[in-house]
Amino acid sequence: MSEDFSRRQILQQAALGAFAGVLSAEAAQHVHHAVAQEKRAAGGAYKPKYFNAHEWRTLVRLTDLIIPPDEHSPGAAAAGAPEFIDLLCNQNAQLAAIYTGGLAWLDREAVRRHGKQFADATPEEQTALLDLIAYRKNDSPELGPGIRFFEWARKMTVDAYYTSKVGIANLGYKGNVGMTEFKIPEEAVRYALKRSPFGAD
Amino acid sequence: MLQVRRSPKVYDVVVVGSGAGGGTVAHVLTAMGIEVALLEAGPTLNPARDFKEHMWPYQVDHRGAGEGGAWYFGRQQWGYFNAPNGYWEIEGEPYTTAPDTSFRWFRSRILGGRTNHYGRISLRFADYDFKPYSTDGLGSDWPITYEELAPYYDKAEAFIGVSGTKEGIRSAPDGVFQPPPPPRVHEILVKKACDKLRIPCIPARMAILTRPLHGRVACHYCGQCGRGCITASNYSSSQVQIFPALKTGKLTLITEAMVRELIADSEARVTAVSYIDKRSRSERQIRCRTVVLAASACESARILLNSRSPRFPNGLANSSGVVGRFLTDTVGFSLTGHIPALEGLPRHDCDGFGGMHMYIPWWLWDKKNKEFPRGYHIEIGGGFGMPGIGSFHGACRRHEGYGRALKEAIRREYGSFVHLAGRGEMIPNEYTYCEIDPNVVDRWGIPVLRFHFRWSEHELKMVEHMRQTFTEIIETMGGKVVSADRGISTGGTIIHELGTIRMGDDPKSSALNRYCQAHDVKNLFVADAAPFVSNPDKNPTLTINALAWRTAEHLAEELRKGNV
Repeated sequence: MSEDFSRRQILQQAALGAFAGVLSAEAAQHVHHAVAQEKRAAGGAYKPKYFNAHEWRTLVRLTDLIIPPDEHSPGAAAAGAPEFIDLLCNQNAQLAAIYTGGLAWLDREAVRRHGKQFADATPEEQTALLDLIAYRKNDSPELGPGIRFFEWARKMTVDAYYTSKVGIANLGYKGNVGMTEFKIPEEAVRYALKRSPFGAD
Repeated sequence: MLQVRRSPKVYDVVVVGSGAGGGTVAHVLTAMGIEVALLEAGPTLNPARDFKEHMWPYQVDHRGAGEGGAWYFGRQQWGYFNAPNGYWEIEGEPYTTAPDTSFRWFRSRILGGRTNHYGRISLRFADYDFKPYSTDGLGSDWPITYEELAPYYDKAEAFIGVSGTKEGIRSAPDGVFQPPPPPRVHEILVKKACDKLRIPCIPARMAILTRPLHGRVACHYCGQCGRGCITASNYSSSQVQIFPALKTGKLTLITEAMVRELIADSEARVTAVSYIDKRSRSERQIRCRTVVLAASACESARILLNSRSPRFPNGLANSSGVVGRFLTDTVGFSLTGHIPALEGLPRHDCDGFGGMHMYIPWWLWDKKNKEFPRGYHIEIGGGFGMPGIGSFHGACRRHEGYGRALKEAIRREYGSFVHLAGRGEMIPNEYTYCEIDPNVVDRWGIPVLRFHFRWSEHELKMVEHMRQTFTEIIETMGGKVVSADRGISTGGTIIHELGTIRMGDDPKSSALNRYCQAHDVKNLFVADAAPFVSNPDKNPTLTINALAWRTAEHLAEELRKGNV
């Protein structure tokens, strides 16, 4: 399926180039290269570059709690958020320390509160802990490290999700295809005006 | 004794820098059959290879955050997908700032310079912008009038291609326009709010083609001008002026050439340009009949200040002492509002131009007794942009939490924000200038610039006016301000620095005459934004194009007459 999508991407880009009158060999190469990278990422189970097996399991669960699957679309784990974080941590010791420290903090708190490590806790136990660290208003010497870590995990999970194919589809972004003439659908204009203080004309 | 390689050939014109100014000069002169050598401090450009146009974020594994997530730590110099070689810091090419000064100097090191990525906003200065001192007693008047520059605005617009509409607004003179694209939904709402507030809101003037021009195809509305345009449907000096000029056979392009100084003879004529060939780290000299500096305002000033000799102890063309002085940047302030009317907007492709389709020109030019002199224009952002790293950090901060609620909030709010950015006029002041740092050289051995920068009360008051006005516009749309800059922008960060080699009729208070020709050195011209006498609330690029065109024609005439 992802291969199909990739092929469609190439065609889309090529079509755009064609009507614009240029898609040089080099530009085409550029697209092929990117698609090849994508294919590699899609092939087989992912082996974390940085995290150990336990950290990886915890991270996968955490990202899916931050952006869960729902009736519209898959969640952050399926969108590659853990892979994104793993890759960057593998390249950046400062970021890696934020994640290994934060994941260890989560485990210690889960053990203290529920007698289980975070990944082994029930969904209710997991969300009970996240409900404490997902809000700045709960900041305290006790929760501070968890709150700081969760801000990192949340923003990077959100970034990974909404820069993925499923995240972009979830938002409904329709662009990056090119047009011969710029037009805005009338119904969109009417929708906004009707709801605005100006009213539909 | 060190052997310096000198070109056997004497070029009619050597141009230093390949951005809007250098590109225009190279185009105009080679079209007249004059032989030009163009020196660029960076590499050449290959749009098909270098531009990341149409790439999705998921086509790179770091999604645009850069190696190791540099973006998250404020260490990414420039957007990953943006057109290449723009830098706030260049390794080995530092600059310094005076104690207590905040100033950032953006530089491009590539053929075409900043025109590869710039905003393409193309606004003529107004008639009164050339007479600031006569209008309010601050700053200085230009030696030329709007009427003198207007024919060159015409030529520049007709050649590079600018879209817009004729409006008859004094602060925003009309030009030679292609038809603009229609407004996006959020821009229609901003316009309605402005109508209510009696503020003009008109189609933006953008150097982007909506019709084919001189072999270039019209825009395909992908919204990615900042990444560089593979089809050259927007203006960049590299694609629109330099590549075609190379085809004339009259242009010699020398890249990786970092100019150190100009060599002058005893008759105050530049005879050669000394540069470091970056590949070999060796000095070369290229001989010339005339030289045009277009290295960017501060870099051009740096070259003159470094061209010191017993005859010119303060640097070349600087008997007035003004070189490096009168530095300004544009006043910047931005604010974002959430507009409930846009929530749940039926999804559609509104990429359009890479930039706004509508803007707000200054509207209080004839109002006396306002709290600050001069004015600003307002740039409008919004719509369903391609999501990227950081796009929803605002949502994370405002909503906090996680899970379904966060996911739904992000989806609901996507596309329902309007960003307003003020761009205002800074008046030159005595505390703001650049000079040679006596203690620091770059990796090429060239002494570097030290910056001094200070905003005055005028600019700080203007920003308060922006904050009030933007809030009013957002609230008139039924929206609510969700974030705003804490205050005025840091000097240099709007990347409109200019004024450092100013023109004027009096050689005691200016370095260049009314044709941007040095008072002291007849065969030396300047064609970037350094000659500007003031920094009106209009983005400088179009005026660089027009002024450089006029300078090039004058230079050609001087060559023809044998005056230089």
